[in-house]
Amino acid sequence: MKAGVIVFPGSNCDIDAYKVLEKLNVEVKYIWHDEKIDDEDLIVLPGGFSYGDYLRCGAIARFARVLENINEHIEKGKLVLGICNGFQILTELKALPGALLRNKNLNFICSDCNLIVENTDTPFTNLFKKGDIVNFPIAHGEGNYYIDDEGLRELIKNNQIVFRYQNNPNGSVEDIAGIVNKKGNVLGMMPHPERAQDKLLGGEDGLMLFKSIIAYFKEA
Amino acid sequence: MIKAYIDVTLKKSILDPQGTAVKKGLEKLSLYTEDVRIGKHIEVLLKEDKIEAAREKIDEMCRRLLVNFEVETYSVRFEVIE
Repeated sequence: MKAGVIVFPGSNCDIDAYKVLEKLNVEVKYIWHDEKIDDEDLIVLPGGFSYGDYLRCGAIARFARVLENINEHIEKGKLVLGICNGFQILTELKALPGALLRNKNLNFICSDCNLIVENTDTPFTNLFKKGDIVNFPIAHGEGNYYIDDEGLRELIKNNQIVFRYQNNPNGSVEDIAGIVNKKGNVLGMMPHPERAQDKLLGGEDGLMLFKSIIAYFKEA
Repeated sequence: MIKAYIDVTLKKSILDPQGTAVKKGLEKLSLYTEDVRIGKHIEVLLKEDKIEAAREKIDEMCRRLLVNFEVETYSVRFEVIE
């Protein structure tokens, strides 16, 4: 499998995402925002503050050249993982439903966070067990996931909620921390699995997510 | 030319924690309010000279970029600039 980590002006943790994939022997490269995505099996949209978060988080990034063919990529069934700002970009692109609002308590929250794995029937979580508690860091000011009642019913009906917060830090509807699209090949999540890749960094629960992706391609 | 003054606000159904924080700040100054909501103000200058044409353009801008209709709504005021 081939992976690409997109780098916007203002991205962060792009190097963490690259390193975790490299460590797991995935052929990975950085893709700068004015390049094109090619035939990568996995595209990672990293965290950060692309284009200074101007207007709304992710609103400007969606016009970047690198995302011009992201919808075709998604339609082909290839994988997209949007972390933090990447999740915000995916909602702005309408690749995922809902929106991310300012945290309810107005604080930028930077802490470890326990998540409950809700859906293991995705290419991103197939090695977890439903109900597993995993610890990933969060670092965001606008991670308060909002979706209207009708949208929420759809998410639940289609089993699109992948991660929930054990202790909701930001006011997200239904404690939602991460969702997939209907097809299941696009995951957006506010917590950072790529930062939980080594015990030296405080934990390695995130490795399982990347190993799941590798397992998915091995089976395919 | 026409200048458009666009106000983008959170929908009424969406909680506005910024507004709540400012309401509390005002209360510290003994200035009491029923509610405070915070939004964004955008000014766009257009070369159009008819308001109808300007409105069409602004609506498209709002639809395609300036407003996220999942959570926001907008209003516009126009001014003809000589």
